[in-house]
Amino acid sequence: MIAVEDLVVRFDRRGAPAVGGVSFAIAPGSTFGLVGESGCGKSTVLRAIAGLIPGHGGRVLIDGKPVPERRDKPFFSRVQMVFQDPYGSLHPRQTIAAQLAEPLRNLGLDRSPGRVADALVAVGLDPAFQWRFPHELSGGQRQRVAIARALIVEPQVLLLDEPTSALDVSVQAEILNLLTALRRERGLTYLLVSHDLAVVSHMCSRLAVMQRGHIVEELEVEALRARRVTHPYTAELLAASEAYG
Amino acid sequence: MAQPLVAVRELRVGFRTKAGIVDAVRGVGFDLGREKLGIVGESGSGKSTVGRALMRLLPRSAAVRAERLAVCGTDVLTASDRTMRDIRGGRIGLIMQDPKYSLNPVVTVGEQIAEVFRLHRPEYAGKRAAREATLSILEQVKIRDPERVASLYPHQVSGGMGQRVMIASVLAGGPDVLIADEPTSALDVTVRLEVLALLDELVASRGLGLIFISHDLNLVRKFCDRVLIMYAGRVVEALAARDLGNATHPYTRGLLASMPHIHEPRDPLPTLVRDPAWREPA
Ligand SMILES: Nc1ncnc2c1ncn2[C@@H]1O[C@H](COP(=O)(O)OP(=O)(O)OP(=O)(O)O)[C@@H](O)[C@H]1O
Ligand SMILES: Nc1ncnc2c1ncn2[C@@H]1O[C@H](COP(=O)(O)OP(=O)(O)OP(=O)(O)O)[C@@H](O)[C@H]1O
Ligand SMILES: [Mg+2]
Ligand SMILES: [Mg+2]
Repeated sequence: MIAVEDLVVRFDRRGAPAVGGVSFAIAPGSTFGLVGESGCGKSTVLRAIAGLIPGHGGRVLIDGKPVPERRDKPFFSRVQMVFQDPYGSLHPRQTIAAQLAEPLRNLGLDRSPGRVADALVAVGLDPAFQWRFPHELSGGQRQRVAIARALIVEPQVLLLDEPTSALDVSVQAEILNLLTALRRERGLTYLLVSHDLAVVSHMCSRLAVMQRGHIVEELEVEALRARRVTHPYTAELLAASEAYG
Repeated sequence: MAQPLVAVRELRVGFRTKAGIVDAVRGVGFDLGREKLGIVGESGSGKSTVGRALMRLLPRSAAVRAERLAVCGTDVLTASDRTMRDIRGGRIGLIMQDPKYSLNPVVTVGEQIAEVFRLHRPEYAGKRAAREATLSILEQVKIRDPERVASLYPHQVSGGMGQRVMIASVLAGGPDVLIADEPTSALDVTVRLEVLALLDELVASRGLGLIFISHDLNLVRKFCDRVLIMYAGRVVEALAARDLGNATHPYTRGLLASMPHIHEPRDPLPTLVRDPAWREPA
């Protein structure tokens, strides 16, 4: 469904690239996890796929076809991203209603008010939140608005960068169940970045472990659950997760 | 108990919005000593609002009332702006939930940390001393390449790097009370454990009081001494952290039940049926 081939991103000429040749392919209707050290390049991979890092090396493919350098409307109607930093991705001076309607307008989709309210309810927020501004929401409420904004255009692929990091575990469970239901009913495909191996184990069928701009190991989720990991860094991550699990 | 570092009684915060008043905090009370106090709770239950009220950093739209709201002996409700400026950063520090957003976008992260050293720590008043202290504290929060990272602007650092920069800049002020609002949610587990060890060390060696707001129940259980559970603007349960597994409030029980596990997947995850009665005082 979606694949990257030999993705390379450099932010400065000196030193190692932020992403140094990353490749993976995600089967339609599945969830692929990306985990790894803070600063290893996970968000950069997602941003490159979304077309936010011009001039990257390598290719991004959807259904086997390279996506255009300047991502176009057909791309964004199929692929949406939930950013790691919801505050930064929301417009500070627009109401939530306006921000949820914006992608619909951009892509020429139906903008009836009911659609905005439904999108909020789907992520567990009262429709009245649409009249608030981002600074009038809690951290987890903002994160859910960001998820609602990505889902509202009914994309086929979602790039999810730590989508539940600001949510309490019960709301997290609701959001993960929602994503799972959408995958089952509408065949959505997810690329999920998370530091929480329990979330990755719950959501993903395959995952890749990154360190310093490279994938050091790609494995089936069953292998993770059964502790059959090969790379020492994967073993370290797993051990650290279990240490307080 | 000696005078607590933080004393809160019947704290109430309401926000004015176009659609009416939002009652965000509805009667919260607790004391903080030289300990690690965890606060967990529902998204939107008022945790960050309590933290900001202690710093007097709430927006003008907020109406704050309390029988008592004191930090290091200072009455936060009546103190002058001058007094608050003095204790903020130096006596009491807040690690904000949205670190990249709370940093100044047009100043490098290294300069921002150095500025805190110069402002609050006479021993680092000199430019060179502040710079060295900055690199050293970045190293303590496990930033791989402190020189490079110090020269970056906030939009150039990753989520977890931004979080550690925020932690470093607050620790630089040398506070006696530290409010950490989801300080490690963007860190991988290995780095997370190292940053926690640093906070632990500061509590032990400098007698810091720490308010640790987190959604990570396992972490709070292992790391904190006590824990408050918040729901809809109130503390619904208070426990020794190691007893979290024996919590009795149905909200807390529901939280514990909805955690995913690495080795035992369950689909779908159990969710809560929220009882309107949880909103009312017991
Ligand atoms: N705009 C930029 N300019 C310069 N360097 C950047 C920029 N964006 C990212 N980087 C660097 O690229 C590296 C990878 O960052 P990225 O945000 O992809 O990490 P990450 O794996 O998402 O980490 P985290 O888990 O902490 O969010 C970091 O060293 C970061 O400083
Ligand atoms: N400036 C504001 N104006 C109006 N309502 C606000 C404002 N700030 C916060 N709120 C509301 O107050 C309530 C408490 O918010 P707070 O940020 O304290 O929650 P929280 O417990 O920190 O949640 P989270 O875990 O999601 O960060 C929320 O319902 C939020 O929508
Ligand atoms: Mg990231
Ligand atoms: Mg909060």
